[in-house]
Amino acid sequence: MSEKFLEIRNITKVFQTPEGGEVRALDDVTLDIAAGEFFILLGPSGCGKTTLLRSIAGLEYPDSGEIVLQGQRIDDKPPYDRPVNTVFQSYALFPHMTVAGNIAFGLEMENVDKAHVATRVSEALAQVRLEGYENRMPSQLSGGQQQRVALARALAKKPKVLLLDEPLSALDLKLRRGMQVELKRLQRETGITFVFVTHDQEEAMSMGDRIAVFSEGKIVQLDTPVEVYRRPVNAYVADFIGETNLIKGTVASGGIALPGGNILPTDQLAADSVIPASGPVTVAIRPEDLVLATNGMISGTVRDVIFTGDSVRVYVTVGDVEIIASLASYGTEIPAQGSQVTLNPENRAARTVAS
Amino acid sequence: MSSTKTPSTKRGKLVNLRNFPGFTSTSWFVMFFLYIPLVYVVIYSFNSSRIGSIWKSFSVKWYGKVIENTDIQRALKNSLQVGFAATILSTVLAVMAALGLLRMQRAGKAVAMALIGAPLIIAEIVLAVGTLGLFIAVGVPLGKVGLIVAHTAFCIPFALLPIRARLSQLDMAPFEAASDLGANERQILRRITLPLLSPAIIAGALLAFAISIDDFITSFFVAGPGSTTLPVYIFGMIRSTVTPEVNAISTLLLLFSGGVLLGSYLIQRKRR
Repeated sequence: MSEKFLEIRNITKVFQTPEGGEVRALDDVTLDIAAGEFFILLGPSGCGKTTLLRSIAGLEYPDSGEIVLQGQRIDDKPPYDRPVNTVFQSYALFPHMTVAGNIAFGLEMENVDKAHVATRVSEALAQVRLEGYENRMPSQLSGGQQQRVALARALAKKPKVLLLDEPLSALDLKLRRGMQVELKRLQRETGITFVFVTHDQEEAMSMGDRIAVFSEGKIVQLDTPVEVYRRPVNAYVADFIGETNLIKGTVASGGIALPGGNILPTDQLAADSVIPASGPVTVAIRPEDLVLATNGMISGTVRDVIFTGDSVRVYVTVGDVEIIASLASYGTEIPAQGSQVTLNPENRAARTVAS
Repeated sequence: MSSTKTPSTKRGKLVNLRNFPGFTSTSWFVMFFLYIPLVYVVIYSFNSSRIGSIWKSFSVKWYGKVIENTDIQRALKNSLQVGFAATILSTVLAVMAALGLLRMQRAGKAVAMALIGAPLIIAEIVLAVGTLGLFIAVGVPLGKVGLIVAHTAFCIPFALLPIRARLSQLDMAPFEAASDLGANERQILRRITLPLLSPAIIAGALLAFAISIDDFITSFFVAGPGSTTLPVYIFGMIRSTVTPEVNAISTLLLLFSGGVLLGSYLIQRKRR
């Protein structure tokens, strides 16, 4: 299994804007995706993640670079000649065909015989739990059901790679959570490699085996959700994945000088933090890694307190910046607005990040 | 509540064009002007009098005359043959043109659309003179073949109108999905493009047929002996003597056009 499965090699794609400018949607992107992996392409809109997905599908042709699937180049093949299938953001169901007709379409293109098509259509419908919907038209289905049909249609082809382009973005939160669990189950059961595009970092972390974080056509970080969350390579990733206090400070003797005259000792930072000899430095601390302490390291004034049920969010003004601490709901004395408090970063979870 | 309600209705009245004085009566006048000739034709087609302008009594005898008139039958047959042939040819060409336009670059597309659409506003008499001159120069036989060629040409922009409109509304994602699911260009055309365009194609064909059946100027120029179409024949009838027979045949044509219009409306509505 250690052999390479889907290789993206030095892919570059430049779009011409109508005004005559250029947008580098993909800038020399290289990455390997393993067989059976649930792989996430994550980033804000316009970062190139969808262009990469469409390049794998064949709906976009990169300007340079190669896409190799199981040792075979596929980037020069038309989309109908690639063993990959796509679940589109808009579902893209055929409005003039029934649910069964939609799912059968891809199989008919492979000249699968009729009896076999029927079996595979019912199999696919069972996989997405839509048995009995064969003869409905897409317009008679809810958004969530259309989503499942689109999924069944792609899965019926038994692709080597399933590409999903923000498939859950049109669903409401509750349905989205349910579909996330189901997609994980489907991926486990079928063993198909999933490449999933999303701009939702929470979705990315809860589903992905690995995440590639994109920014302006480049991969900024590629790692497991835990690593990306705990060890963001720079301020961009730290800020994009979850919530982070990014505090600008300067290197001082024995620690980092933070606004408001606070000193954060070096031995409180994560062990692998890179600390320059001198000059400015950015410290990243997650709100949940801060606790109230008597005589803590960071002192400030409570500007606001918000009780959300599972946590207490305290907004503390420290010098000229604001730091958010997310405290456990139980066992914490909720500080009063305007009071002086001190905060401590816990478990050496604070770290310096490249800005 | 009442104090805030009064000014808001006042403002509503100010911007509401429907309350502009004289609009309703003007509309009625326009409608009257448009449809009174048609009403006249229909009513007088049932006039038993030989003289068109004097009402005598109700009769359907002119319809009988129309049905018995072999010249009318021949002209109708010519019109239908030319109409069907021109409809099929122009619709096929319009579909191809519409799909071809999709692939063109922005600048080329604008030029091509202008060129295809121009015959809709260019004076038909100019096209007719040109067509006749060309046919004689190239040696296209006047008569049915010439009529079919000429009708096909001027029907294309009409057939293209609904097809282009539909194509511009279509979501392109299903086409990408079809390609992704393994369909090549030919299969996409047959299984996705044509079915999705079919209401517009039928509407375009009906429009082309109605335009062809109705055409006078070009037909008058290129129709040879023995291939007189119905409108050309009716014109000939009026030149000799105006009998209520003309009213009867006109009423039948009106009924036919109404049927085409209704059919096209029903098809468009059903598919939506």
